[in-house]
Amino acid sequence: MEMDGRSSSSAVIEADSVSLQQSRRSKFIHQFTQQSLPACKPVLSPPFVISVFFVVGLIFIPIGIVALHASRSVVEIVYRYDGECVPEPYRSNKLAYIKDDSISKNCSKSLKIPKHMKAPIYIYYQLDNYYQNHRRYVKSRNDKQLLHGLKYHDASSCHPEDANHGHPIVPCGLIAWSLFNDTYSFSRGVVDLKVNRKNIAWKSDREHKFGKQVYPVNFQNGTLIGGANLDPNIPLSDQEDLIVWMRTSALPTFRKLYGRIEEDLDADDVISVNLFNNYNTYSFSGSKKLVLSTSTWLGGHNDFLGIAYISIGTSLIFIAFVFLLLHVNNPRPYGDTSNLSWNWKPISS
Amino acid sequence: MAGGRIRAKLRRSNLYTFACHRPHPTEEDKTDEIEGPGYSRIVHCNKPHIHEIKPLKYCTNYISTTKYNFLTFLPKAIFEQFRRVANLYFLLAAALSLTPVSPFGPMSMIAPLAFVVGLSMAKEALEDWRRFIQDMKVNLRKASVHKEGGVFGLKPWMKLRVGDIVKVEKDQFFPADLLLLSSSYEDGICYVETMNLDGETNLKVKRALEVTLSLDDDPTFEGFDATIRCEDPNPNLYTFVGKLDYNSRVHPLDPNQILLRDSKLRNTAYVYGVVIFTGHDSKVMQNATKSPSKRSRIEKQMDKIIYILFSFLVFISFISGVGFIVKTKNDLPHWWYLQVPDREGLFDPNKPLQSAFYHLVTALMLYGYLIPISLYVSIEVVKVLQAIFINQDLNMYDEESGTPAQARTSNLNEELGQVDTILSDKTGTLTCNQMDFLKCSIAGTAYGTRASDVELAAAKQMVMDMDGQGQNGNGNFSEKNGHEFAGPEIQLETVITSKDEDAINNKNPIKGFSFEDSRLMNGNWFKEPNENNILLFFRILSLCHTAIPEQNQETGVFTYEAESPDEGAFLVAAREFGFEFCKRTQSSVFVREKYPSSQEPTEREFKVLALLDFTSKRKRMSVIIRDEKDQILLLCKGADSIIFDRLSKNGRMYEEATRKHLNEYGEAGLRTLALAYKKLSEEEYSTWNDEFTKAKTSFGADREANLERVSDLMEKDLILVGATAVEDKLQKGVPQCIDKLAQAGLKIWVLTGDKMETAINIGFACSLLRQGMRQICISSNLDAIVQDCRQAAKEDILQQITNGTEMIKVEKDPHAAFALIIDGKTLTYALEDDMKHHFLNLAIECASVICCRVSPKQKALVTRLVKEGTGKITLAIGDGANDVGMIQEADIGVGISGCEGMQAVMASDFAIAEFQFLERLLVVHGHWCYKRIAQMICYFFYKNIAFGLTIFYFEAFAGFSGQSVYDDWYMLLFNVVLTSLPVISLGVFEQDVDSEVCLQFPALYQQGPKNLFFDWQRIFGWMANGLYTSLVIFFLNIVIFYDQAFRLEGQTADMVAVGTAMMTCVIWAVNVQIALTMSHFTWIQHFLISGSITMWYLFLLVYGEMAYSLRVNAFRVLIEILAPAPIYWSTTLLVTVLCNLPYLAHISFQRSFKPLDHHIIQEIKYSRKDIEDGHMWSRERSKARQKTKIGFTARVDAKIRQLKGRLQKKYSTMSTCHHPIGQQQT
Repeated sequence: MEMDGRSSSSAVIEADSVSLQQSRRSKFIHQFTQQSLPACKPVLSPPFVISVFFVVGLIFIPIGIVALHASRSVVEIVYRYDGECVPEPYRSNKLAYIKDDSISKNCSKSLKIPKHMKAPIYIYYQLDNYYQNHRRYVKSRNDKQLLHGLKYHDASSCHPEDANHGHPIVPCGLIAWSLFNDTYSFSRGVVDLKVNRKNIAWKSDREHKFGKQVYPVNFQNGTLIGGANLDPNIPLSDQEDLIVWMRTSALPTFRKLYGRIEEDLDADDVISVNLFNNYNTYSFSGSKKLVLSTSTWLGGHNDFLGIAYISIGTSLIFIAFVFLLLHVNNPRPYGDTSNLSWNWKPISS
Repeated sequence: MAGGRIRAKLRRSNLYTFACHRPHPTEEDKTDEIEGPGYSRIVHCNKPHIHEIKPLKYCTNYISTTKYNFLTFLPKAIFEQFRRVANLYFLLAAALSLTPVSPFGPMSMIAPLAFVVGLSMAKEALEDWRRFIQDMKVNLRKASVHKEGGVFGLKPWMKLRVGDIVKVEKDQFFPADLLLLSSSYEDGICYVETMNLDGETNLKVKRALEVTLSLDDDPTFEGFDATIRCEDPNPNLYTFVGKLDYNSRVHPLDPNQILLRDSKLRNTAYVYGVVIFTGHDSKVMQNATKSPSKRSRIEKQMDKIIYILFSFLVFISFISGVGFIVKTKNDLPHWWYLQVPDREGLFDPNKPLQSAFYHLVTALMLYGYLIPISLYVSIEVVKVLQAIFINQDLNMYDEESGTPAQARTSNLNEELGQVDTILSDKTGTLTCNQMDFLKCSIAGTAYGTRASDVELAAAKQMVMDMDGQGQNGNGNFSEKNGHEFAGPEIQLETVITSKDEDAINNKNPIKGFSFEDSRLMNGNWFKEPNENNILLFFRILSLCHTAIPEQNQETGVFTYEAESPDEGAFLVAAREFGFEFCKRTQSSVFVREKYPSSQEPTEREFKVLALLDFTSKRKRMSVIIRDEKDQILLLCKGADSIIFDRLSKNGRMYEEATRKHLNEYGEAGLRTLALAYKKLSEEEYSTWNDEFTKAKTSFGADREANLERVSDLMEKDLILVGATAVEDKLQKGVPQCIDKLAQAGLKIWVLTGDKMETAINIGFACSLLRQGMRQICISSNLDAIVQDCRQAAKEDILQQITNGTEMIKVEKDPHAAFALIIDGKTLTYALEDDMKHHFLNLAIECASVICCRVSPKQKALVTRLVKEGTGKITLAIGDGANDVGMIQEADIGVGISGCEGMQAVMASDFAIAEFQFLERLLVVHGHWCYKRIAQMICYFFYKNIAFGLTIFYFEAFAGFSGQSVYDDWYMLLFNVVLTSLPVISLGVFEQDVDSEVCLQFPALYQQGPKNLFFDWQRIFGWMANGLYTSLVIFFLNIVIFYDQAFRLEGQTADMVAVGTAMMTCVIWAVNVQIALTMSHFTWIQHFLISGSITMWYLFLLVYGEMAYSLRVNAFRVLIEILAPAPIYWSTTLLVTVLCNLPYLAHISFQRSFKPLDHHIIQEIKYSRKDIEDGHMWSRERSKARQKTKIGFTARVDAKIRQLKGRLQKKYSTMSTCHHPIGQQQT
């Protein structure tokens, strides 16, 4: 054969390989149509199952420990201010307070840092009982308008915040209109802490979803003022708090990034927070919180993941042991024929 | 046909005594009834042009069995599609998706619906197109039609018109219902095979009117003119009323002159006829019923699940609605950021009920994922693919005829795996309707060494079993002794059979003759001691018949046209023995007899004095002949019981030996006839003949009775010569197939139009009956019962049934088997409402049931009785038009294709070329398809519950506003791309065990009829699994992504991120789940499952990069937002493991402690124990048979028991072994 192969021209070899391929293909077609393709038929034998449970359990527990550790290393300060920041006389009628523009919304508070907080320290506002995920709310935006401005003004989805006095609104819709407008500033002693409010939104959002040439037009000019106003001279792509706000939350309780403090805070430091309590959560009795938090690779403070991993890993190992016990006490030889149904009846009868 | 037509015209009526006597002189008064409504048809013979104008314009001969035509297809097919409730529901949903109520875009609802409906309609169109092609094949067949001036020309069938004169030649089908005018026989007789109409194999005689006999040549039709007035088209096959106005005289017509469409001209060179009923007016078309659409049990059960799920859907929508009202009314006015009410009034706190109504609709659509439209698509696709596999199976491909198996509808694939009772036709299904002369007993000596199929297989089986036992050494009697005794006998049989097998291979088979015994062949019979009897035996074979010889002009070999295939086999046998029947004239039969003494055959003439033909009542036929020595002989052949009753005292010399042989032949599954003769003196004959002639020429009702009486007088005091044994050739592999099917726990009923003896013989041949089985024969002696005593007859039958039931109850022996044999007439009573349950109860107790002489209608009724009475799944298999009713009635109808008639196949759901393929169709494909579909549907519900419920949970967190956490496209693609292919691969490729094991362990089949894989427990188990999975996926994700940052950069998760993470978990969980469900992975499954998961990430990448104007929110969700977050990946892992943990624990627990049969076999196969430990394997294989009382194995077991009993007796007389007799049973 080899001699032949050497003497023959390459064309022949090619033809050979072609026919080989063909025969392979026809073999495949045959096996396919006759349903006899080579197949792997794994069998869940007890040793296999036990070792799978055991191994997965062994993998899970360390993951859980690492995750739990990461979560525990996060320092978090949560300060609920929606009640405290309402002056005493208005406590019984918070709604009147928030709706009255003549009352100063300024509010200060000192916070003690319980533990060393490493920069960057993230500042969040957290709203409660606020349904950003309501269908009416979610739909009330016009993405094309956000990117291209007035060129795309088919803002039917934005109704009723689509136009004002017959002029279109940019950015239109309920989401933009209800933009969160509480503001925070921090100082340690007498020194102001710098709050970096750049780069809090996703890069892609800034670059691709909110137009660089799109400026707010006719915004918050209506009879009803929702939330914050926007500087009509700054393009939407730079209005990062709007961009963050426009990412509607999944749940009625949510945090949104406000900014970063890019200095370390030491334990027992006292920082004072100066905030403007503008946003109306009083009509639906939602709470407002200010959150300062560090982060790890896992994100924020989130013990659940680690605990879940550890407990599932433990239960896997437990199941593995139960199986092992059952199997040792009551072994069924592999492929034991006495378990075949036709072999049962004579035994039982 | 070419070489044949050399015989002179015969008057066949002279040959017959019973069947074809001339009609009585015309009774003019009878024609009066052909007036008024119901008898309006007028046919102007030979003037078809008259029938082209109204009012005589009857329908053309074009037939169409299609459902649609080009114009009606679209509206009709669409209407059909939306008659399905599910489709209507989806249509409604699609329509609503165009309104603002819809929670998602319209495309996601309309596109899948269009796909499903389009696919189903394409399937309909294809099936209808096939029907059209089939119709056109028939419509374009050519018929020879009188054109003008006595010239005949060919015309396609569809162009035939009423009034046309057609000439039909031998072995052609009649193109329409014809009035027979004349035939190639002088007396206008012709033979018709009506297999396609009623399934009877014996030929029927039709005869023309005396007045039209002269029209027997083409030119005579030149001026032919006549008018027929007759009944309107009706479906009654056996009646016809009409009159022929010819030469200004009126002649009444009866069914005897009518040739029906789809029957076939046999044994007659040609006939002329006038077309009376064309196309859809013809009786056979009038009989055609629309085939009912069948649905499998699984599908019906699935409907119930759908209803449950739909109720559940309505329930959660209602909950959601209530939640919505509460939220909208109480909270919404305070949520200033929503600015309610909105324009559309969807969220109007002032009109909460109106908004709630809108919301209910939204919710129904949103949670509609519980009832996935894709389930229907996937099932449709899977079934079509399964059907392709069935069609492609080379093991069900008949090489001789080149016909593959054909799944004509794909709706019933899984039903094949749940069959409980098989109702089989006999002729053409179990047998090939070919008789082979195999053995004979002459003068008490048995001749013929070749074994019948039954014997062969039995011996083989026995040897195999004995071998197995010997090796295992667990015989009840000690091994050594057992072998000493059992050995020789078994071996002897093996030797004989194996020799025979060689012989079959070596010799050129002669059709109808497989006799082998050198003592009789090649003239050796002359040397036998009883050569006179042998001579007589051969003469009876060659003389006592009604056949006509036909010589092939090239080879000079005679072939015979006989009324029944037995007769043909006898003549072939006689020819081979040297008694060649070569010519029949009006009064004589010529036989070329070859004696060993002389080289040249001598042609002898035997004058036929009288012929007493065969009727099912008489069960015998005789001829009276005068040979060349002027000796008058009566030669008689008939059923053994009849003949033995009629023997003379000195004619019983060989009775005992012959009886013994007959029993053996019966046991070997052969059809037996006894032969006898009687010498007559001249006076004896002439006195009898006077009486006979008188009876023959008499008219009136008692003519037949008279004839019978006179014949009876003659056929007595006979002398027994011998007996013949003809093998009704079973189709290849039938006994083995029946054996296997019986082992798989299937019950087999035979329903045949044939007579009882034939049916019983076949019962023996297929091992449905065996010696030692108690036969409960239920028959009514209708002769004895006067017509008005119906009640008495019924009571009699009821009594018989009760007796039978009692007998079974009383029986203690566990090995006792009963067979129920019932005939058609009795069945008419037994099937009446008050009796049928008694009958059914008895029938169920019996190991085998044979119904003989049943009409097509009765076949269908019996099928319905079994189907409805037992509630189990029935399968009917048949090949002829007479089986159509049964095929349509049964849950599954199987047609035998490859034969001439297509009716059975056309009506069937599956068509196979041979009966033996049924085993593979059921045990392999049925088993697989059942499990596949069952698993697939369960998984589908699991998957959609797991997915759909997460949407519902989210509502509680979104103020019941109808917002979905997932992107529209995720939801659309979930069922279409992301999870559809693995489940389809489960439905198409899954095998619990491979096909060989399926065949080796027929008991595995019982998992289907027991419905182990689609019972409610399992279904609810899967649903609970779905519920669990949905809870794990939703709440774990919600808790993990609750309010905290999920990345190092401090960002929190928004709805898109949460939805995408959750969806990732869904995709992983359900795909891992299906991998755990499968037990058979080819690279296709590997590819599809991992491909589905990969597809999700690919989709996210592509979708994320795609034009952001499309859907902005998911922009770069994977690469920018989720992928860099470790928490995303670790959540996926955690959720996937937790979702599948209970299932994995459950299946491994079940496998370890409550294994099912296929688990063990998988393990044995996996560890290759079957190869290492062959004994164990074969032992288990033989144990895996269901306890059965029919089939070879049962027969062999019985034989072994018997044999052992005998051995035991011998043995115990010799030694002191105390093993009880016949205890061992394998």
